[in-house]
Amino acid sequence: MSSLQFDIAHLLAGSLVLASFMMLYQDRLYALLNVYALHAGVLALSVAWQAYVQQAPHLYVTALIALVFKAIIIPVALHRIIKKLGIHREIENVIGVGLTMMAGIGLVALSMVVMLRVTPGADALAREDLAFALSVVLLGLLIMVTRRNAVSQVVGFMSLENGLVLAATGAKGMPLVVEISVAFSVLIAFIVIGIFLFRIRERFDSVDVQALDRFRGERR
Amino acid sequence: MSALRDIVSQGAQMSLVLGLAPLLTGFVRKVKARLLRRRGPPLLQPYRDLIRLMRKDVVLADNASWLFRVIPYLMFAGTWVAASLVPTFGNGLLFSWTADLIAIIALLGSARFFQALAGMDVGTAFGGIGSSREVMIASLAEPAMLITVFSVAMIAGSTQLAYVAEFMGSDAVGLRVSLGMAFVALTIVALAENARIPVDNPATHLELTMVHEAMVLEYSGRHLALVDLSSQLKLLLYVSLIACVFLPWGTATADASVAKLVSGALLYFGKLTVLGFLLAVFETSIAKMRVFRIPEFLGAALMLALLATLLRFVSGSL
Repeated sequence: MSSLQFDIAHLLAGSLVLASFMMLYQDRLYALLNVYALHAGVLALSVAWQAYVQQAPHLYVTALIALVFKAIIIPVALHRIIKKLGIHREIENVIGVGLTMMAGIGLVALSMVVMLRVTPGADALAREDLAFALSVVLLGLLIMVTRRNAVSQVVGFMSLENGLVLAATGAKGMPLVVEISVAFSVLIAFIVIGIFLFRIRERFDSVDVQALDRFRGERR
Repeated sequence: MSALRDIVSQGAQMSLVLGLAPLLTGFVRKVKARLLRRRGPPLLQPYRDLIRLMRKDVVLADNASWLFRVIPYLMFAGTWVAASLVPTFGNGLLFSWTADLIAIIALLGSARFFQALAGMDVGTAFGGIGSSREVMIASLAEPAMLITVFSVAMIAGSTQLAYVAEFMGSDAVGLRVSLGMAFVALTIVALAENARIPVDNPATHLELTMVHEAMVLEYSGRHLALVDLSSQLKLLLYVSLIACVFLPWGTATADASVAKLVSGALLYFGKLTVLGFLLAVFETSIAKMRVFRIPEFLGAALMLALLATLLRFVSGSL
């Protein structure tokens, strides 16, 4: 593998991590969704590049799924949901942006330390992909933890799943069936979550998940 | 003979930055005005302002100490030395062994320290508010700047600016994510440090937003001319820093002929024009931020710089 090929893979995976950070930075829902669409677009590019480098044509299908479902259909659907719920201006971070970013940097450093330690034998492309994928997953979890609004938690969950796809494409020999089933299970999860969103909204007049805590009788 | 040539080229560099700094500011102002469909002041207006201020008498506040009078000279000297250390048209200048990025940051930092002191010296409310805001911005911008420098230095293997520029111009660089992030981080830091629009707007005197202007409000005459000239030098310094680290093409090497030096200088003018134009476009397309949003903006720069360093570790350890 030439160094240019590796550099491009590194560039794409690195920009995926950067897009995750951009999602952490956003505090408007529409902007968050746009960045999520960008995130998925970068993922599709990255997967397509992996398909080219590994000469694995089935990965092109994965890239196409990422592009169509994650970068187009889900953001458009979420846009509609937000419009229906009328919550596009809600700003709902648990802690400040600066602290969240610092925590995110810590998570990225952690995932690099862990991944580069445990995979000294694997080839460079897979190692680097796994390290970035783990940090995208952890950043997705961080987005879910630091947001109160259910819609942005959904976005965090979706970006976490993007990290899983990145990890799966970095590891050679992942069968297509598994990828397609993962993609569809996420789509199903998205539909279920969408229905839940409307139910939560109906009952509590808000998609702030703190309302659920109060309903359960927990105090803060 | 070569010693004479070194002295001449270093002298040319020092007078070049001093002479060009007001022109760059004037150019950015002119482009901004044209983009807003105004005619704008002529390109040479900053020179005229400086000359006019030099001729005027200094008016000092009654309670201004000796520090207040000394500080403009200190600021100007520090910024000028720093600006003449950044390679502009040629790499192998006489002082390039001192052109360490950390030394340049330290020079700028001490100039800023004195400026903040001057803001508080007279004891007016505006000076105090300007100093406190300036120090808040500095406390966020300097770590970001240092970490950017570290990530660039880890790629190039040195904090020596001439060496970095030479390395960036060679083929050994390749395609790197870290460099892109470091570039964005350095741009954000440069905007904040030079009191450009999303962070500060020195063209207005609005007490809600003033940072730089509030600090220098008490200065007049030749003191004000020096303060203005050093802020213009600072803008030129950052623009040429970005040009020399990220767009190093055409910079003459240490043993270049005179023709190479001249073509390097012409290319340097071109880079300044392009970057100044981009700065004006950026400034007209964005709104001024609230003061309390600045930490987030600079936090993004810090985050990018840290991320660049981390990514550099990944690709370095593979």
